[in-house]
Amino acid sequence: MPVDVEARVIRNTRLSPDYNVIALAAPEIAAVTAPGQFVMVKLGRGSVPLLRRPFSVFEVLRTGDRVDGISLLSKRVGVTTDMLFEAVEGDVVSCLGPLGRPFEPVDPPAEAWMVAGGVGLAPFATLTEALRARATAATLFYGARSGGELFYLDWFESRGVRLVLSTEDGSIGDHGRVTMPLERHLRAATGSDTTVYACGPEPMLEAVARVAAKYGRPSQVSVERVMGCGLGGCYSCVIPVRNGREGHHYVRSCIGGPVFAGDEIVWD
Amino acid sequence: MSEPDLSVRLGSLRLANPLIAASGCFGYGVEYADVVDLSLLGGVAVKGLFLKERQGHPPERIVETPAGMLNAIGLQGIGVHRFIKEKLPELRDRRATVIVNICGSTLDEYVELARILSDAEGVAALELNISCPNIKEGGITFGCSLNGTFEVVSAVKKVTRLPVIPKLTPNVTDVASFARASEEAGADAVSLVNTFLAMAIDIETRRPVLSNIVGGLSGPAIRPIAVRMVYECRRAVKIPVIGMGGIASARDAIEFLIAGATAVQVGTANFVDPFIWTKLLDGIREYLERHGIAHVSALTGTIDTTSREKQWISS
Repeated sequence: MPVDVEARVIRNTRLSPDYNVIALAAPEIAAVTAPGQFVMVKLGRGSVPLLRRPFSVFEVLRTGDRVDGISLLSKRVGVTTDMLFEAVEGDVVSCLGPLGRPFEPVDPPAEAWMVAGGVGLAPFATLTEALRARATAATLFYGARSGGELFYLDWFESRGVRLVLSTEDGSIGDHGRVTMPLERHLRAATGSDTTVYACGPEPMLEAVARVAAKYGRPSQVSVERVMGCGLGGCYSCVIPVRNGREGHHYVRSCIGGPVFAGDEIVWD
Repeated sequence: MSEPDLSVRLGSLRLANPLIAASGCFGYGVEYADVVDLSLLGGVAVKGLFLKERQGHPPERIVETPAGMLNAIGLQGIGVHRFIKEKLPELRDRRATVIVNICGSTLDEYVELARILSDAEGVAALELNISCPNIKEGGITFGCSLNGTFEVVSAVKKVTRLPVIPKLTPNVTDVASFARASEEAGADAVSLVNTFLAMAIDIETRRPVLSNIVGGLSGPAIRPIAVRMVYECRRAVKIPVIGMGGIASARDAIEFLIAGATAVQVGTANFVDPFIWTKLLDGIREYLERHGIAHVSALTGTIDTTSREKQWISS
């Protein structure tokens, strides 16, 4: 059951001119968040911006055994993300959550291959923790425009995640899209049982779902659609899901997702 | 003073309080059962239902605009039969007062829907959607013609004992005349306003933001226009008026009541804060106590226009 928390900003870390990680005192949400779930965020009490915006829960913050809150990984693209970038310690951010259908972490001997594009890194910290708890081997294929936009590499490495990096400008790792190294590794990985998890821009999700299917691997993709309420009330965040051989129907990504099997989505 | 009485009457229908979840903004109600005690609401107007399932428009379906939002969902829905089978039992269990919003492409479809729902257990009233701005074939053709409004209301009234509430569009020159046509046809109440036809363009691509090109504007941006329209309708008819349009606080709800609404609907604000209902109820109760008003219905239409009445306001 989701709760609405007036969460105090614990700290706001700017990672680049566009990206920040904001830590929020929302222990009620942190304690029950499953990997890949999201919160609906509102800053300020006014009518601009009016609607909440969806954000994946990035980290669940802990001190020892105590759950302190959550963090959000944000990239500046509009009014709410600008406000999140500018927020300072002590500000209040309204968080409604946790919401949505989470990732399903696989158990050993299966492996988890996570594929992140840009700010699509966000749901993979919680998934990494869930995989660690199961001792499932994890790889992160992480792509960005340039090396300066690859974040939290130490965080993932220190948790035993194998990193495969790519950048569109070639400054770090493979030169090009993240699906290139993904396909190379899928081709080479004969015999291993792998589930592919992806979050990022929709064209990337489509490419990942296709390449996973090509090598016979199941995929779980986390989509981001324009969302009004996060609870299934408004029917705005729909995505076409396969229905029979030819048809599709629109499923609300807030309650039917945001995680879908890659092969159930009808890509535009 | 004892607790103020919040109950209101819409014809033969008694609501525990004047707050109704607006159709199209609350799914089928069951989506919200985890966060809201549905029995605390005066009523739940469920998402508009056709006889058959409907897919709705492709995304994008909404876009935020200053103090509001445009939507063109296209009435995606499961159809009346699945609603009765899959949703209504839970709404009954949760003791919701269910107002079913119905839409048809033809007069016969409205009549058929009214017949089917009159036989279903747990339906408190019918709201006739003759005002959705987003679909061509739907009831808007009825809602934009005085004859059409009269015909659809009287045809539905003939086949049901349920209270019938046409939901009016603001996209006409004189909403009050449509309230009057509804009353003459036997409507038990009218609800207004549906959304204002509007559009938004992405200037970089020069493409409309919504796949449907146009959509309906809702939210605080429309509230003053909606208040004016409720005021006009209240002066035009004796049947109860249900007011809506950008209500986001108890203050806003009270403004509609004073303008002439017997009950109010809340839509967009529920997206922002699904826990808004108890805050609205507390705020209304506090206001009534502060003003020594024993019954919320005593507030309806109490606007004081002494020596301010302007000649141009239609009678």
